[in-house]
Amino acid sequence: MTSTPAKISVQHVTKTFSLGRQTFTALDDVSLDIAHHEFVTVVGPSGCGKSTLMNILAGLETPTAGRALVDGAPVSGPGPERGVIFQQYALFPWLTVRQNVEFGLRTTGVPKRERRARAEHFIELVGLERFADALPKTLSGGMRQRCAIARAYAVDPSILLMDEPFGALDALTRVKLQEQLLKTWSQDRRTVLFITHDVDEAVFLANRVVVMAARPGRVYDVVEVDPAFRRDEAFRLSPEFAALRNRVWHSVYHQEGRTAALSGSHSSPS
Amino acid sequence: MSVLDKRSAGRRQPRPGASPDTDAGDTAAADSTAGADKSAPEHGRSGRRGLPLALNAVSVALGIALWWALASAGFKLPTPPEVVSRAGTLIGDGTLADDALASLTRVLVGFALGTAVAVPVGFLMGWYGILRGLIEPWIQFFRTIPPLAIIPLAVVAMGIDETPKIFVIFLAAFLACVISTFQGVVNVDRTLINAARVLGAGDATIFARVVVPASTPFILVGMRVGLGSAWATLVAAELIAAQEGLGYRMQNAQLYYDLPTIFVGLISIGILGLLMDRVLLLAERRLTRWQERR
Repeated sequence: MTSTPAKISVQHVTKTFSLGRQTFTALDDVSLDIAHHEFVTVVGPSGCGKSTLMNILAGLETPTAGRALVDGAPVSGPGPERGVIFQQYALFPWLTVRQNVEFGLRTTGVPKRERRARAEHFIELVGLERFADALPKTLSGGMRQRCAIARAYAVDPSILLMDEPFGALDALTRVKLQEQLLKTWSQDRRTVLFITHDVDEAVFLANRVVVMAARPGRVYDVVEVDPAFRRDEAFRLSPEFAALRNRVWHSVYHQEGRTAALSGSHSSPS
Repeated sequence: MSVLDKRSAGRRQPRPGASPDTDAGDTAAADSTAGADKSAPEHGRSGRRGLPLALNAVSVALGIALWWALASAGFKLPTPPEVVSRAGTLIGDGTLADDALASLTRVLVGFALGTAVAVPVGFLMGWYGILRGLIEPWIQFFRTIPPLAIIPLAVVAMGIDETPKIFVIFLAAFLACVISTFQGVVNVDRTLINAARVLGAGDATIFARVVVPASTPFILVGMRVGLGSAWATLVAAELIAAQEGLGYRMQNAQLYYDLPTIFVGLISIGILGLLMDRVLLLAERRLTRWQERR
């Protein structure tokens, strides 16, 4: 894997915000490489800059220093090869499910007939065909997020950037959507950067869990998850899962003292 | 946010999505099963609407009874039958229709112009920080002056024909609507704009397909407030050497202690204003059906 160039490469990215007279370092010299078809989760306490990292990769924010590369080219704004899924769903409430899914296809000028067909396909993929003409307000949280996922898939991005997409959902719906996401991923193998604050979710989904630390936001630890594990209920309840979860849990919740020792070893890809 | 925002937020009466006429039937389905029977809220709505209507009718009847009682008790009021018979005469000789038409025309023209200018100006203020900085002080300033106080200036500058009357109504409607539109643009959810951007939308698309629909509820509320201001300004505007109009008729009646005519004028203004507000409310319902209501 080391021979192929990284799909996503974050190189010494620092991002500072000034709030009044105070400057706040959201990201401090963060480096991270994500390979093609890799599923990476980022977990960390609030304020560790994980959303900022995603916004930089999405092209919604620019780094103060360092650079972010996608397919070897610096990110200079949002692009169709990067699909973004927001925690708050961000569906356009005045559009139906179908119109929401078609939004990105309209902006990129896909002709009407093809637009219809592609929207139809992805609405079916997420199981919302009965609600294609419903407005978002009539949908539950899980259905809204499925619609948002269909909307992101519709423009066929090679990268999915997901910012705590299941954070606002109940535990049952969350597990269901995690499994759906993995099922789709195992077929299309899009590169995924998935941000979460849920350690279980981070371990269950990932090839690699990146643990971040706060104030300033930085990469603190990287935990590999053996891709040989089948991601099913048995894995969720297995001692291997428990061990990985313990490891990540400690990295997230007991960060004092280890920062300096580990912050150098994060950027080596598998 | 600027002072302007805070002030208008306090002043805006009907909040978008929370207008007093909305019922709870519209609340979003909370779980996936409830999403299946989308028609359910529709049933509940028609059933629940009967009671408020009955209460409204009772309230109106009580109000008229109280009025009658006060009039009989010797207060300087005409009794309801007197007012009704005066209304009959005024309708019979066509005076009421002429007056109503004259007033309605002024209100509609002033309101339409006010809205037509306010919406683009509000959009520009919300979208471009520079324009906001340039326009805001003027709107701030004119907001503190009651439109009625402009009348002397308007008469001197514009004469005594229709122009100053319509101008004053225009100003009232414009000021109410521009603030609301501006507010709507400023309040557009950043996440929605970001969502559009990552889906490949440029500035023009974001404006047309995100900012405009997202601020529609605010604009419609602004229009309703503007319409209220327009009617409120009408009577005073008709102080300016009017030959006809509901306000003029009332002032004329005042000279002769003609209370029934004054009452007919007041009630007509009330009814016309209410009807126009209902029309806007219907438009609002239709255009903002997508909103989640609490």
